[in-house]
Amino acid sequence: MFATLLSFFPRAVVQGIPLLYGSAGEILTEKSGNLNLGIPGIMYMGGIGGVIGAFLYENSVPATENLNPFLAVFIPLMSCLLVSLLGGLIYCFLTVTLRANQNVTGLALTTFGVGFGNFFGASLVKLTGSDIPSIALTRTSAFFTKKLPFAESLGWFGKLFCSYSFLAYFAIIVAIVMAIFLKRTRGGLHLRAVGENPATADAAGINVNRSKYLATCIGSMIAGLGGIYYVMDYANGVWSNEGFGDRGWLAIALVIFAVWRPNLSIFGSIVFGGLYIVYIFIPGMSMRSQELFKMLPYVVTIIVLIMVSIRKKKENLPPASLGLSYFREDR
Amino acid sequence: MMNNEKKPKEPLFHIAKRPAISWQKAWGIRVIAILLAFLFSGLVIMMLTKQNPISVYATMFDGCFRTEAKFWQLLQEMALLLCVSLAVTPAFKMHFWNIGAEGQVLIGGLATAACMIILGGKISNGLLLVVMIVASILAGAIWALIPAIFKARFNTNETLFTLMMNYVAIQLVSYFAMVWEKTKGAGTVGEISFGWLPRIGNNDYILNIIVVLILTVVLYIYLNKSKHGYELTVVGESENTARYIGINVNKVIIRTMLLSGALCGVAGLLIVGGKDHTINSSIAGGRGFTAIMVSWLAKFNPFYMIATALLLAFMQKGAGEISTVYGIDKAVSDIITGIILFFIIGCEFFINYELKFIKRHKEGE
Repeated sequence: MFATLLSFFPRAVVQGIPLLYGSAGEILTEKSGNLNLGIPGIMYMGGIGGVIGAFLYENSVPATENLNPFLAVFIPLMSCLLVSLLGGLIYCFLTVTLRANQNVTGLALTTFGVGFGNFFGASLVKLTGSDIPSIALTRTSAFFTKKLPFAESLGWFGKLFCSYSFLAYFAIIVAIVMAIFLKRTRGGLHLRAVGENPATADAAGINVNRSKYLATCIGSMIAGLGGIYYVMDYANGVWSNEGFGDRGWLAIALVIFAVWRPNLSIFGSIVFGGLYIVYIFIPGMSMRSQELFKMLPYVVTIIVLIMVSIRKKKENLPPASLGLSYFREDR
Repeated sequence: MMNNEKKPKEPLFHIAKRPAISWQKAWGIRVIAILLAFLFSGLVIMMLTKQNPISVYATMFDGCFRTEAKFWQLLQEMALLLCVSLAVTPAFKMHFWNIGAEGQVLIGGLATAACMIILGGKISNGLLLVVMIVASILAGAIWALIPAIFKARFNTNETLFTLMMNYVAIQLVSYFAMVWEKTKGAGTVGEISFGWLPRIGNNDYILNIIVVLILTVVLYIYLNKSKHGYELTVVGESENTARYIGINVNKVIIRTMLLSGALCGVAGLLIVGGKDHTINSSIAGGRGFTAIMVSWLAKFNPFYMIATALLLAFMQKGAGEISTVYGIDKAVSDIITGIILFFIIGCEFFINYELKFIKRHKEGE
């Protein structure tokens, strides 16, 4: 039993980390009143951004021993953040500056982002002239997958809590910092005010558009990190088209599951990661029942959504102006 | 605002809502946006692929119109996309964000396939068709009814609810695809030999197209000329107004979503019974999401949707051709579609608002 848990828990965590990044980014975005359905696309963009950075760096340094550990991590991370920022900016420009419909813009951004990822993925595969439709960046990925040095020596404790890479711990730090920011700081209060009632926030002297831009762009960059974590760490630097799957939508589901709280999202991401792979650990399950099991995260989300709306506790509801564009002169 | 000349920083322009704009002008702006979008994506294509964008566009055109079969396929793709777009329209007009069309289409298709597999060969073909039609409509409607009830009763967020229902539907279909698999371990159903929708003449495509065109006209009348259509428009504009004039809002929400789901079910029927003759989790093919954009771009007018559906179907068919001719990945179509959508979405701003440039050093008007 304990042995199963010992192998189950770390796998649930590594499955959950991309979702944690995605949902943390989306929570920050939604707190500003922007329902960014482009997150799945942005996560693809972040992933391919990292791959492009790693690819360029690996090609410029032919010998493995010459790879600079700092640059090998820094360059992919920067290109990932830049590309995800581009996604966030497109979304903000259309919905905040041009006041376009958020749902339509988000879906268009997802179409664009997934296409962007797959197109550049396929182009890189063609550049390398490989036979299989995937690209392997194992040399830079080795720096991403580095685990804590003392994990091995700590036995089961090390395996459960110390066997992850720096990006995994960073995800948890991001979520905790965001929770404190939203709950305990003036900036967080202002941001929540914008999401609940932009007109009131505006009257109180908060720059609504600036808050929306900042929250959405930073949120997009955080979500993009989920993409790079998936490729460079979870998949060991192997990019294959459509490999990321529907994790982006799962991240949006996780936002609801965590009732818009980043600290709950840490716990939620491990639950979702576990639900995602639990079928592997149930002995004697047929292929077809596995398909039914993969439904679990979504069913759980629906149940949470219903419960939240029935109980109508104020602190658990979505931001009141979620999905609505704000125009000062509109009344 | 104009008299206030002592103000240190005056903005260059301010934004005001346009009162109303003639439809010629509105469509003029949209056409300009589409042309700009093609120009911009041409530049992107040139940068990404080093191909001449004009020849790329010519190839896309070729891929849709070169042979009669290609042209019919384009029309069929347009019709199916249009059908899903029609389905989501009444809900959107009511400001109910049904982004679960993908799942509703899948469930409609699943019900159709279930009838074809279980009843095929046991009852007469005519009766089977009737059962298929009823089953697909019912299945789609029920899938849409679930979020509608919770929306009406508890005001549960419908965007997120319908989105999640998509993935439940996808997994259900994957499950049944394995239950009904043709050869053990294949995981695919293969071609089902019973319950094909009839062909008209010698043409595989025309029945789907005719059905969808009839639905277009019917939905136009329903939305614009019927009491139901009026009621759902009022609910969409303002729920309080609707309550005030005695419309039962909950009833309208549920009724409209039943219609929306039923039409999605029909789309599933047309895809499974009239085109693919099989079932798998990708038969909806993202149409549920694309349809939202088709419907929104057409301002919820069923006749305009024919044009917007054609545009998006053209992009998809054309991109398939590009990828085979130039050897670039077909994902390029998603990039171009995305860019075009961004431009069209953005141009709505210039239809609804105008920029008033502030004249400096002059007396106010």
